[in-house]
Amino acid sequence: MTAPTERPRGGKHVVARTDEIPPGSRRIVELDGRQIGIFNIDGEYVAFLHRCPHMSGPLCEGQVIGLVESSGPGDVRLDESRKFLTCPLHGWEFDVHTGQSYFDPKRVKAKRFPVEVRSGADVAAESAPGAPGTPEAETGAAPESDGRVPGPYIAETFEVAVEQDYVVVSTGRARRK
Amino acid sequence: MTTALLENTTRTELWSGSVIDADVHANVPSMETLYKYQDRVWVQWAQERGWAGPSGLKVAYPPNAPTTSRDEWRLADAPPASDLGALQRHILDPWQVEKAVLNCYYAIDSLRHPDWAAALARAVNDWLVAEWLDRDPRLVGSLVVPARDPQAAADEIDRVGGHPGFRQVMLPVRSEQLYGQRAWWPLYEAVVRNDLVLGMHWGGTPDGAPSTSGFPSWYVEEYAAETQVYAAQVISMIAEGVLRKFPELRVSMLDCGFTWIPTWGWRMNKEWKGLRREIPWVDRPPMDLLREHFRFSIAPIDAGPPAQMAKIVEWLGTDDLLMFGTDYPHRHDDDIAEFLQVLPEGMRANVMSETARRWYRL
Repeated sequence: MTAPTERPRGGKHVVARTDEIPPGSRRIVELDGRQIGIFNIDGEYVAFLHRCPHMSGPLCEGQVIGLVESSGPGDVRLDESRKFLTCPLHGWEFDVHTGQSYFDPKRVKAKRFPVEVRSGADVAAESAPGAPGTPEAETGAAPESDGRVPGPYIAETFEVAVEQDYVVVSTGRARRK
Repeated sequence: MTTALLENTTRTELWSGSVIDADVHANVPSMETLYKYQDRVWVQWAQERGWAGPSGLKVAYPPNAPTTSRDEWRLADAPPASDLGALQRHILDPWQVEKAVLNCYYAIDSLRHPDWAAALARAVNDWLVAEWLDRDPRLVGSLVVPARDPQAAADEIDRVGGHPGFRQVMLPVRSEQLYGQRAWWPLYEAVVRNDLVLGMHWGGTPDGAPSTSGFPSWYVEEYAAETQVYAAQVISMIAEGVLRKFPELRVSMLDCGFTWIPTWGWRMNKEWKGLRREIPWVDRPPMDLLREHFRFSIAPIDAGPPAQMAKIVEWLGTDDLLMFGTDYPHRHDDDIAEFLQVLPEGMRANVMSETARRWYRL
């Protein structure tokens, strides 16, 4: 069963079906005028602003690597449970879970966005006209579009399949009651 | 004006506090001087061959070059700085030196004979103790090692490093292998084991090019290019993890100036931020490691206009890095008086004595 939807309101954006971003892959989309990269890292989704805090490089085009650690020369170990996104311009490393720079975690941070995986049923229910958080629920106004999704899917009809899971990014511009 | 001679000023006018000279030299007067400190077999070899000592000395310090000795410090019938009385007359007394660190570069590294080089190092060290360190309580010194053989060098450090007069192990800055590399580590273990400082001074193996890209044609090139050799050794020791492996290691860089350090630090720190996972044992910015593990003698100062010089000093980011040293008898036309004016007031005592006092545990 499918149902036509709008994008979820409150700064949340449905960016892809989960199977469109398999482990080890990424997708760079534009949300609220900002380019944001969504990564599937070993089954977990994280999202970064596509802009390095160092010199605004295309951060989300960089490699995701495990943490290289050492207790001293001759000892080189890879901790694959800790992953870092590296900027392709200068190689700075950012912890995928915190955005913190490896070398200066207190001061240098890459911008992250919360990501969640939602079922198609939830996405459809939350974005139905009049659902909590939608503009018409808040203002009583009519839906701003009918089945057309702003953001990365502008001018495209976005069908939500209830049997699918979706990757939902929050851009932090929610208008919450 | 140069203040190495205390021209137009007096010691106390120049600086009323303590003076520790972190770099004065002792030159071996002649091969014959060392005969009584060597096994007879090496004396016979030298005599049989007419061998007058390692050739590298005259390569590093051409005898008549003005940089090799100030005219005022040349001796009538011996190499400059080859006599304790001359050192006392020229530096220790007029400068009212509290302590001086005596460095002998005899170019033992230019001798390829493994046993003879080790024997020569033993002879030089025993000569330093007998004819210098034990004769003037103001002197502490650097011991020399057969630097081509790190294990033999470690043995020599263990043999004489316990003498209270020795505070440092001298290595020539030019080497066949960069000093960070693991082949050297037995030497550093011995340095740390004996609680000594590792000192690098101009000089080094004749087959180690004095530039980073081969041999220059002219002495002026070699002399001016020496800074890059020091920089290469600092980078090597940091990148290879020597300071992680030997966290107690103290390294003095002598005779290389210091104006290059801040920009070097900016570059190393910048590259480390992106490439640090290649050398994951380097867990701090390289300039932080430099400030902790390295000290520099001030000669040659390479001073520009005072305002610009003051900026360079500020960029060092620490007031505990530089040590006054005359580099006697080598000629640098440094104006110490002007340099003291450039230094922040709180840094002057460190430069003139206190940094060296702490560093060498004087």
